[in-house]
Amino acid sequence: MILTILILLPLVGALATAFVPAALARLVGLGFAAATLVAGVVVASQYSLGGGMQLTETRTWIESLGVHYALGVDGLGLLMVLLTVVLVPIVLLAGWNESEDEGNNGARSFFAWTLALEAMSLAVFTATDVLLFYVVFEATLIPAYFLIGGFGRAGRGRAATKFLIYQLAGGLVMLASVIGLYVVSADAGNPSFLISDLAALDIDETTQRWLFVGFFIAFAIKAPMFPVHTWLADTTEKATTGTSVLLVCILDKIGTFGMLRFCLGLLPDASQWATPVVVVLALVSIIYGALVAIGQDDVLRLIGLTSLSHFGFIVLGIFVFSPTGGAGAILYMVNHGIATALMFLVAGFLIRRTGTASIRQMAGVEKSAPVLAGFFLVAGLAAAGLPGLSPFVSEMLVIIAAFDHHWLVGSVAVLAIVLAAFYALWMYQRTMTGPDREGVAPVADLDRREVGILAPLLLALVLFGFYPMPLLDVINPFVHDSLAAVGIGQEGGPQ
Amino acid sequence: MTEFVKPSIEYFELWPLLVVFGAACLGVVVEAFLPRTLRYPVQVVLAIGGLVLALVGVVLVAQDVRTYDDGAARGILAVGGTIAVDGPSLFIWGLVLALSVAGVLLFAERHLDGGVSAFAGQAAAVPGTDAETASIAANREHTEVYPLMMFAVFGMMLFPAANDLLTMFVGLEILSLPLYLLSGLARRRRLLSQEAALKYFLLGAFSSGFFLYGAALLYGYAGSMDFAAINEAVRNDVGSSSLLLIGTGLMSVGLLFKVGAVPFQAWTPDVYQGAPTPVTAFMAAGTKVAAFGAIMRLFYVALGADRWSWQPMLWIIAILSMFVGAALAITQSDIKRLLAYSSVAHTGFILTGVLGVQAADQLATGEISSVQAVLFYLATYGFATIGAFAVVGLVRDGGGETTAIDRWAGLGKESPVVAAVFAFFLLAMAGIPLTSGFVGKLAVFSVALAAGAWPVVVAAVLASILAAFLYIRVIKVMYFDEPVGAGPSVAYPSVLTATTIAVGAAVTLVLGVLPGPVLELAAVAGEFIR
Repeated sequence: MILTILILLPLVGALATAFVPAALARLVGLGFAAATLVAGVVVASQYSLGGGMQLTETRTWIESLGVHYALGVDGLGLLMVLLTVVLVPIVLLAGWNESEDEGNNGARSFFAWTLALEAMSLAVFTATDVLLFYVVFEATLIPAYFLIGGFGRAGRGRAATKFLIYQLAGGLVMLASVIGLYVVSADAGNPSFLISDLAALDIDETTQRWLFVGFFIAFAIKAPMFPVHTWLADTTEKATTGTSVLLVCILDKIGTFGMLRFCLGLLPDASQWATPVVVVLALVSIIYGALVAIGQDDVLRLIGLTSLSHFGFIVLGIFVFSPTGGAGAILYMVNHGIATALMFLVAGFLIRRTGTASIRQMAGVEKSAPVLAGFFLVAGLAAAGLPGLSPFVSEMLVIIAAFDHHWLVGSVAVLAIVLAAFYALWMYQRTMTGPDREGVAPVADLDRREVGILAPLLLALVLFGFYPMPLLDVINPFVHDSLAAVGIGQEGGPQ
Repeated sequence: MTEFVKPSIEYFELWPLLVVFGAACLGVVVEAFLPRTLRYPVQVVLAIGGLVLALVGVVLVAQDVRTYDDGAARGILAVGGTIAVDGPSLFIWGLVLALSVAGVLLFAERHLDGGVSAFAGQAAAVPGTDAETASIAANREHTEVYPLMMFAVFGMMLFPAANDLLTMFVGLEILSLPLYLLSGLARRRRLLSQEAALKYFLLGAFSSGFFLYGAALLYGYAGSMDFAAINEAVRNDVGSSSLLLIGTGLMSVGLLFKVGAVPFQAWTPDVYQGAPTPVTAFMAAGTKVAAFGAIMRLFYVALGADRWSWQPMLWIIAILSMFVGAALAITQSDIKRLLAYSSVAHTGFILTGVLGVQAADQLATGEISSVQAVLFYLATYGFATIGAFAVVGLVRDGGGETTAIDRWAGLGKESPVVAAVFAFFLLAMAGIPLTSGFVGKLAVFSVALAAGAWPVVVAAVLASILAAFLYIRVIKVMYFDEPVGAGPSVAYPSVLTATTIAVGAAVTLVLGVLPGPVLELAAVAGEFIR
């Protein structure tokens, strides 16, 4: 039941926010987000370390099609759920005043759509029925579409359309594979969409490969990976930073989440068959994303493109099929969520002050706003993989696994560290340091509300940078299980 | 010379058909004898009463049908084997009747255009003459539209239930003729409307000719009009197979014309645009349901044994319809034309379900069958379409309905509820989960893939992406574009249109979230009796 409650809370919250008097809307919305956070913590407390699906619920939904309303969490799901329930209240707080710019109904609809998005994302991370997953996977797009199109900078309508078309295209390709799975299970005599039923099937090689292609295209668009990433930068550039946090830090994780859950979980042979191509695409994403990021003038585009590079790392970690790589990838998913959220939110506060997102039109911010500059620096260093901050741990794990896989793969991936340091520090240098320039007004420093919003993220970065064990304890059993499904024996995980 | 045998008429099972026909005839009498002021209320009550009575009849008959012969299908052959009252017939009857009730409500709407209906004051008055001005000044309106519509409904019920070639042709004509007429009765933009009616009539008559010629050839091949006998002939491989193939092809032309499949889609945009919006709504939903019922009956029952001949043809037509429909819809600047081309694309999707037919022994227990999938899709499509057109009728400016898409910019701010409902219908048509359209697509794609038609499914997926773009474009215009000039205004509908829209939206939501019962119903409807 707790998982259903976890999903229903934000959903009810979205409706409540949409219909209470405008003055109360934000408070009600935040209240429901906080309640969801509590529910998430309850889920975590009921979860016992170890493998397998826990807290499961299964009910028949559409009998004629073998669809079930089936929920459950494993290590991967739990971490994603926690990331979601933590980030959403932060995003709401960060957008507290911002969304007012869009007119009377601005704040209300921003809060309502955000909660709707949270509900759908939580359902995605807990679904254990392929069709249920697909339904909520697609349903996340509607709130996301209205969040992008309704708030942010000029040209957002176009960006929202581009986003939705890309995602729907991926989703529909995946639909073919989802139906393919159903047909395979029907041919085996038991038409069902339950992951547990499907995992037990023995799918022949050719079919598996076709199904894999369908799933992978969808998840590659979602994640995003080269060459289907072009929606990402446009979206982060036009949307508000709160929306970008929701998209990049939560929604895009569905891509890598899906790769682990469906590609590895249901189609293990095909996953191994596809490894060479996927690894190359991941490497291209890593290098290309970092290189393009260096050349950006728009802060938000830049941050968006760094995520392309980071997602390359995650995918690489997944597809090298080793305990180290798997653990690194999942840890990376969490750390990237925290670090990128910090980056986007600081950038959002900065842009609100300067009125521009163009790096060329900023200079010397650190003099008038040292706290803001400090947060910006930490976020940048986290992206660059500075030891002591949590992304470093995951990046190292992935790179070690990459070297184990093939020295060439490892040596390409390691280049990204250099490039990341370059884009992060160069951006810092151009915006924060230097003499005051003519026409650039000094900006006010962060106020207490803003520091309060950013502080938890900063603390998490440092905490997990030095002590990632709690996360790894959750991750390792999952990695063990999923590698066993692929048929790779192993001894322990990273300790 | 065989002796003439008087056919027995199964009054109970035919009750729904007879009620609708009776109500239509009564409507004509009302038109002749009642004073003008009384006609509107009497006609509306008569039409709705007839439809509801028929709907009750459908439910009663459905509870009473028994297994036919020894097969899996349930139902009876009525009137000497010319009308099959079986599960699919009853499902389609129920659906057509429900959609027709919604249609009557739209026909009867008088709030949108200053107290008169959407139909011409005096159809015989030439546009731009004094006679027209006089009829407008006198606030006249044609109430013949109700009996006309009831005749069309009767045709829509007879067409899919017909169990021989001639009855099917009669059904086709009864369904078509009133629609040709109704298309030309728009109150505003009458020339456009009349042009649409003429185009529809000429092309429709032409396609009926094809149908009849094909029926004649099939009769020549099998020596019988009866579907079961034709099936028997195909099975035993009697006669010339070229007669069979040409006959099948020609009949397909007639049927595919009615559903607007490519390459017989040319009439749809003009007719959908020109016809009064309530007629478009009723016609788009009802005709498609009825004609697909007939297509399935002809192909499955009469030509089922010859599946390998017609399946490849349907593959090509389905793929063409999906792509041409979606691609041309993107280029449209008029919302009604856009919906027309989108209906062409939907025809392709439904055909994907039709061609996904497998023999009963190839289906796993509990696996969805093609009849079930198609019937479900028709239900989802019908309600979404009628609801969407009902919304189109609300958005107006000084010159009546504004159907130009760019004039809809800013509707999201001007009237959030109307925009939200319309966006919901569009999402359903795009097949987004949690709307009925998604479950429909899932069902038809599943049966096609299970039947091995994976190229069609891949094409359907690609076409869906194309189609998604066009629906999203409209949503973007409504919500994110700045209004041009004064922007659109939304006329307040009476309870009639509001009910139609609300029911359409509710069905679209329920079938998307809890499709179980209706899928069950379609499964219980089972197979055609042969």
